[in-house]
Amino acid sequence: MMSEIFTVTFITGLIAATLRMSTPIILATLGEIITERSGVLNLGIEGTMVFGAALGFLTTLATGNLWLGVFVAALGGIVLSLLMAVLAVYMGLSQHVSGLGITIFASGLAMFIYRLVVGSPIVPPVITPFTPVAIPLLFRIPILGGSFFTQYSLTYITWALIPLVSIFLFKTRAGLRVRTIGQNPFAADTVGVNVNLTRTLCLAAGGAFFGVAGAFLTLAHQNMFLIDVIGGRGWIAIAMTIFGNWNPVMGAVGALMFGFLDAFQLRMQTLGVDLPFHIFLMIPYLITILALISVSRKATVPAGLLRPYRREEKG
Amino acid sequence: MEGRILEKQAVIEMRGVTKRFVDVIANDKVDLKLFPNEVVGLLGENGAGKTTLMNVLFGYYNLDGGEMLIGGEKVSFSSPKDAINHGIAMIHQHFTLVQTQTVLENVMIGMEGSFFLNYKKAKEKLLGIEKEFGFHLDPDAVVWTLSIGEQQKLEILKALYRDAKILIMDEPTAVLAPTETIELFETLHNLVKSGHSIIFISHHLQEVMDICDRVVVLRNGKRVAETEVSETTIPELASLMVGRELLERLDKGKSKTGEVILEAKDLRVKNNRGITAVDGLSFVLKEGEVLGVAGVSGNGQTELSEMLFGEVKPEEGEIYISGKKVPGGSLSSVIKESMARIPEDRIKTGLFMDLSVKENMILESHVKEPISKNGLINIKEIRSFADNCIKSFSVKTDGMDAPVKSLSGGNLQKVILARELVGDPKLVVACQPTRGLDVGAMEYVHQAMLNQKESGAGVLLISDDLDEIFLLSDRIIVMYEGKIMGEVSAEEADRDKIGLWMSGVTS
Repeated sequence: MMSEIFTVTFITGLIAATLRMSTPIILATLGEIITERSGVLNLGIEGTMVFGAALGFLTTLATGNLWLGVFVAALGGIVLSLLMAVLAVYMGLSQHVSGLGITIFASGLAMFIYRLVVGSPIVPPVITPFTPVAIPLLFRIPILGGSFFTQYSLTYITWALIPLVSIFLFKTRAGLRVRTIGQNPFAADTVGVNVNLTRTLCLAAGGAFFGVAGAFLTLAHQNMFLIDVIGGRGWIAIAMTIFGNWNPVMGAVGALMFGFLDAFQLRMQTLGVDLPFHIFLMIPYLITILALISVSRKATVPAGLLRPYRREEKG
Repeated sequence: MEGRILEKQAVIEMRGVTKRFVDVIANDKVDLKLFPNEVVGLLGENGAGKTTLMNVLFGYYNLDGGEMLIGGEKVSFSSPKDAINHGIAMIHQHFTLVQTQTVLENVMIGMEGSFFLNYKKAKEKLLGIEKEFGFHLDPDAVVWTLSIGEQQKLEILKALYRDAKILIMDEPTAVLAPTETIELFETLHNLVKSGHSIIFISHHLQEVMDICDRVVVLRNGKRVAETEVSETTIPELASLMVGRELLERLDKGKSKTGEVILEAKDLRVKNNRGITAVDGLSFVLKEGEVLGVAGVSGNGQTELSEMLFGEVKPEEGEIYISGKKVPGGSLSSVIKESMARIPEDRIKTGLFMDLSVKENMILESHVKEPISKNGLINIKEIRSFADNCIKSFSVKTDGMDAPVKSLSGGNLQKVILARELVGDPKLVVACQPTRGLDVGAMEYVHQAMLNQKESGAGVLLISDDLDEIFLLSDRIIVMYEGKIMGEVSAEEADRDKIGLWMSGVTS
């Protein structure tokens, strides 16, 4: 068995699968980090991803255009996040309740729209998914070429977004405002920054990320929509946000770790080890919990997280 | 003085400003003028409407009536941004700083300029302002590492960075040590000289006399007086503010000391940042005396009280109550020894804001007979207990079933006093018992402390208000960086020496 693990094909495949499987989680984690940095926990993430997966799939099914599918998925994510903004930012309702409500609503809505369009055929319809794009020259590098540089376009974009989100948060005017609002909305308000509008924009940006993350699963990773297509990846992104201490790079590292464990357990299943496959399915989640326990003690939560902001109408 | 007012154009003029909240009028047709190079004191008790009036001026609240003129022109503000654009800055009592960000980031927010942050340019501008006005703050220091005084300077820098000409300061000295206050006043003098105007909110009469040119007194939302400082006296201002004559001095009476009731031996503990907060502290408190623990806040007083209250376990050292060693960090054994505990933060640790008055009153006695018997509580006993508490401490409330959060600050403190003092404890530990209270409520709390002493209890009074320490204490110790800088009896104590001790100077 050991010899099987260390073949070049195995390692190349494992690395490639790790990058592939971590893509939606990295995207969702980046979206959640932007949102939470502004002080809003968006638990609508899981449902928004399901919604994005369904919209993206159906758009492509109807038009045959994959990028249009991605675009519509992003729009769908934005719409749901604006709903979250109305509830949790402008009405000041509990972020937990609003977010969970949106997840339940959006998951149901996704299935509803899917059924409206395709009905319930015995064999679910499929699309022609994205194919990996080999980057010229680089893909020839042994091992690395076949793994790092033969990926989906969405994966490359996701990797580019990690430094971009970092630069946005730490090097731009808007980023400073977002971070300040997440820590002390009152401080931002007293210097003339519009707290609720900024939070809404952050939610919208996060929603677009969630939508695309969901669409990746139906347009690249698989070629069909199933209701459990997201399979808790949204919740994992929430965990990775904490694991990464609200830092995009660290969050991506966490997402990568989960992607690796997920890819690894799939391979272990096929190696024919005599254990129920459920055990392998559990591994990534179990290790994520253990990692969270060790890291989250030191986490510095944005001080304004979970607190709706309104000017006190009292002396 | 009169001449100046006649010839100069007011930088701010508020005419008949009215602000209503749901059922109360917070400001009722208030007039206020501010002239260039002037410090105006805005004086009043808590709830008199000072902060509300300033929040209206700062654009944080909308105006319900009246008008405001800046430099002679009528303005209407819908958010602080409008006020900032008119050169107004407000330094709130609770700082509007982001603790996890640097000085520079806190200054830049809202004034960043280009899309990408230009830290270098911002730093140059900040250092230029610091040089001009004599500040020495490291732009790269993270805010939580700064002292309260430094954080306040940062707030002033924020205002200057925005080129504000009018500074509203909401009780700026409430958190400062005497030496820091002197520094602040120097800064304010410099600002006024360089063309700024300042509105100084306070209920500290001496400070108003020291720093202000003119004073406006608010009471119940109305402007009740306006006078040049040179034409008034402290007692006059006090009675204008409260609306009645105040007892000028409490009679603290003689101390008849008895047995040692509380002893702390070599206490040592770290704060939640891992820095040693209390560093080998020992003292003895006897029955029938008030021992004042003076010091600038943040020098270990909070941690000391937490150890005494049994909230935090000392890393070293022992605590004895009536000669009996109390296990560290055990709340229940402290309650068993009947220590009356008046915590520093009545809202966070003293009370459950959503529970009713009566429930808050039985927090410590709910497991004891007669309120509780065989694991069941007796509602009738609770009602009579609470009724007795409300009457003997004259708590103003809509009833014992009203949620505690509907009470005013002074009445919140009375609920705590009632709960802690009703069984005539032998030992009272009070931490900042009058912080944020107005003059009337303060007087009540002080009297309650002295009554306890009179009836033979030992009272440990931890306070950063030096007036309070002098008013009540029989003996004074001064804490600085977790150590005791000195001890002196009340008769021999003088303010200058204690002030030096509070700043860490031994002479």
